[in-house]
Amino acid sequence: MASNEAADKPGFWGWLNKRLAVDQVWRQHFSEYYAPKNFNFWYFFGSLALMVLVLQLVTGIYLAMFYKVGDVSAFDSVEFIRREVSYGWLLQYLHAVGASAFFIVVYLHMYRALLYGSYKAPRELLWLFGMFIYLALMAEAFMGYVLPWGNMSYWAATVIINLFSTIPVIGPGLVEWIRGDYGVADATLNRFFSLHVVVIPMALLLVFLHVVALHEVGSNNPDGVEIKARKGSDGRPLDGIPFHPYYTVKDIVGVGVFLLLFAIVVFFAPTFGNLFMEEANFEPANPLSTPEHIAPSWYFTPYYAILRAVPNQRIGALLLLLAVLAFFFLPWLDRSPVKSIRYRGGLYKAFLALFTVSFLSLMYLGLKPATGAYVTAARVFSVGYFAFFLLMPWYSRADRVKPVPERVTFHA
Amino acid sequence: MRKFAIVALGLVLLAPLASLAAEPASETLDWESWHADNEVSNVASLQRGARNFMNYCVGCHSMRFMRYSRLATDLKIPTDELKANLLPAGASPADYIQSSLAAKDAVAWFGKEPPDLSLIARSRGIDHIYRFLKTFYADPARPNRTNNLVLDSPAMPAVLSELEGVKEAVFKNVEVTVDGKTAVEKHFDHFVTVAPGQLTAPEYDAFVRDTVNFLDYAGEPAQVDRRSIGVWVVLFLLVFTWFAYLLKKEYWKDVH
Repeated sequence: MASNEAADKPGFWGWLNKRLAVDQVWRQHFSEYYAPKNFNFWYFFGSLALMVLVLQLVTGIYLAMFYKVGDVSAFDSVEFIRREVSYGWLLQYLHAVGASAFFIVVYLHMYRALLYGSYKAPRELLWLFGMFIYLALMAEAFMGYVLPWGNMSYWAATVIINLFSTIPVIGPGLVEWIRGDYGVADATLNRFFSLHVVVIPMALLLVFLHVVALHEVGSNNPDGVEIKARKGSDGRPLDGIPFHPYYTVKDIVGVGVFLLLFAIVVFFAPTFGNLFMEEANFEPANPLSTPEHIAPSWYFTPYYAILRAVPNQRIGALLLLLAVLAFFFLPWLDRSPVKSIRYRGGLYKAFLALFTVSFLSLMYLGLKPATGAYVTAARVFSVGYFAFFLLMPWYSRADRVKPVPERVTFHA
Repeated sequence: MRKFAIVALGLVLLAPLASLAAEPASETLDWESWHADNEVSNVASLQRGARNFMNYCVGCHSMRFMRYSRLATDLKIPTDELKANLLPAGASPADYIQSSLAAKDAVAWFGKEPPDLSLIARSRGIDHIYRFLKTFYADPARPNRTNNLVLDSPAMPAVLSELEGVKEAVFKNVEVTVDGKTAVEKHFDHFVTVAPGQLTAPEYDAFVRDTVNFLDYAGEPAQVDRRSIGVWVVLFLLVFTWFAYLLKKEYWKDVH
């Protein structure tokens, strides 16, 4: 198609398109971006993640208008927002519950990639951008958690920052450098607020690259079939449909269902039984009073459980790091000739099941005290977690795969 | 629950008063299963709770995030009544609820500063407070002659005993085996009232429930609004999602 058709049109639309390729971008990324027609449930979470990102941005901007950083003012200002700012309670709950929702959506989005091999060639870079977004999200969530300056904020920051002290030689100095003080203090809170805001442009850039990379290679689908391999006489993929209107209207349904569940939590159970907002965080930060039981937010607990499963703290911290980084290597660990779980054999399915059970169990165990049977269980599931990654080059190749069809499976 | 799990060797009453020995052995009081069961939408209960708070709590405990005016608005207390009954002399309705107890005095008299109660229902939970206010008992061994089942050795005296009466706790010795080692532990069994208060047991229970209800409200004054707005938001989203689904179905008719 001629890329500059719109520029020849009369009036404002032509004037604008002569100067900015609005029409071209719209067509390239929406009305003439061809996505496989067989997307299922798992394909809602990309657009949902984008929506939650916007939600966090907007509520975050408003919260930052009233939040007063500083060890004497932070806690009180958050309470002021909940009580005296018009609908401040709503903004604060949307943001706090939004953080948990972000992880739910992102974990399901990532799990989709495990199911359908979306990280495999030619989508390695797409996957890597996604993983960097995940890291940015973890950083945002951790620093954001510290800002209300409740007692759990304080102690979670203390515990997590102390992990860096296990690094040989530079560890202790590094921890002091991160905190800006000999303990978690006003300086730490101030820089975390700064970073919580500063990471956003970097995250946005990564999201931009993630989407651009996606649109370059095209979306994978539940069959793992490359739709670009089969094009009609008009040059359009036979199994592709324009993203707009088909997937915009479909994603709006996903947004509706998501917002429904989200609203039920925000309006009727914002603390979500101590999981999304902890009781201990309704007490101001107090360096002299350690909460009975320190646990990070639920979305970090799988890694926290791995950390605590190891008696040696240094090795534990190293395994924690590896547990997160392992995802980066998936495109190269996976040697299977097929992408989708639909055409993989029992071996991959068994290992994916092992990983799923291990991840969820570690999530649960990370919320529990590190004693007795809990530690033993955490060790077993840590082995399961790493087995999925470490043995992947072997089992993905040894797996008996089924023949992949030439076209996607679709029932109208 | 404990009594089923553990074999009791002997029921030895540790109560210091000889008269107690005559008490018939009653069932172990299962206070850990008590629930506040309060209702934040019940304005009358909140009003009574606010009254209780102003009469019995604010002498020592502040509520520094709560303005008198906000309380009056939410609890439907007319301004003249607020000024006549709840507002301390010289205070403005826009003031936050402060205690007149100076921190220095509190530390000198009680050993610590009484905690602010704005968020106590959120940080400890309503059931915790409910159980706390109902399990004070006389303990001559302690400097303030008071102890509590929820919070061992509290700095807070039993300020509600004029209402509830004075209770003594009866413990029994229970043999506990942990890791093969047997030890005798003192387990709470039941309370005995040694001096009646102004209220009957059900009246005191209602008093505590109202007070806890007020603390629950104070922890999150917007919660009644939150739930009522939530109903409309959910209804809207149900309709919205239904229409979105119909729209999707209409468009996807073309996809084969």
